[in-house]
Amino acid sequence: MKSAVVLLPGLNRDRDMIAALTKISGQAPATVWQTDTEIPDVDLIAIPGGFSFGDYLRCGAIAARMPVMRAVAEKAAKGVPVIGVCNGFQILVEAGLLPGALMRNASLKFVCRQVKLEIANANTMFTRHYKPGQIIRSPVAHHDGNYFADAETLARLEGEGQVVFRYAEGTNPNGSINDIAGIVNDKGNVLGLMPHPENLIEAAHGGNDGRALFESALGLAA
Amino acid sequence: MKARITVTLKNGVLDPQGKAIEHALSGLGFDGVGQVRQGKVFDIELTGTDKAKAEADLKAMCDKLLANTVIENYAVEIA
Repeated sequence: MKSAVVLLPGLNRDRDMIAALTKISGQAPATVWQTDTEIPDVDLIAIPGGFSFGDYLRCGAIAARMPVMRAVAEKAAKGVPVIGVCNGFQILVEAGLLPGALMRNASLKFVCRQVKLEIANANTMFTRHYKPGQIIRSPVAHHDGNYFADAETLARLEGEGQVVFRYAEGTNPNGSINDIAGIVNDKGNVLGLMPHPENLIEAAHGGNDGRALFESALGLAA
Repeated sequence: MKARITVTLKNGVLDPQGKAIEHALSGLGFDGVGQVRQGKVFDIELTGTDKAKAEADLKAMCDKLLANTVIENYAVEIA
């Protein structure tokens, strides 16, 4: 299964994403640079975490206006699965590919720890290898993960099952509304989440709770 | 032409940074400080002279980049 990873100046989790996709899919992902206007035909596009453009203006704001994001939007419109992790989530939100906004953590502190996630919807292309309500572990590392959406958008997200991951058992690290950790778009092929599933995919990481997400998205057997 | 754009958080959007500033001000002994909300100011120089066009351009800049209209309002002033 083929994948592509979007590269932007200031991202720092790109290597982790490339390593995870290489190990899980069996082949190294293609990489696309911020100025690229075309993305090869792939089964999954990933936008990794980090601090693109130094988080200037707002997290993800500058990256979202780069040429490569128009190419991502075109692929997403054609139904190609897109996953944005951490800064990747912020970029997808700023690009308008996902609703809402990600604000400064309520604690005002950068959080770097392991949290628990509830699979709030196991009926998506990203979570089909998990069980509904399953609790998994995942690392988080961010300063601006406080998800916000207006009441109308929030009701739609909750009503349509677009909330896919929720911080579980009192582990919400950022004050996000309804404990939201990850959402999909209305078509279900664009996922954004603050936690880092790519950092928990093998025994050397201390667990493989995040692996099924990529296996689901790539259509691999669990 | 010079313009100033002020971006502020919408009412009802939690502003933890404003809250922290509010507490710091009261810690400094400034009594009677109510709510504090933090925002951003952009001073932009424009080469054109058409004020109406400048205003339309500045609003477009806000909608496309300078403000996140999900959570922020903006105001445009032309000097």
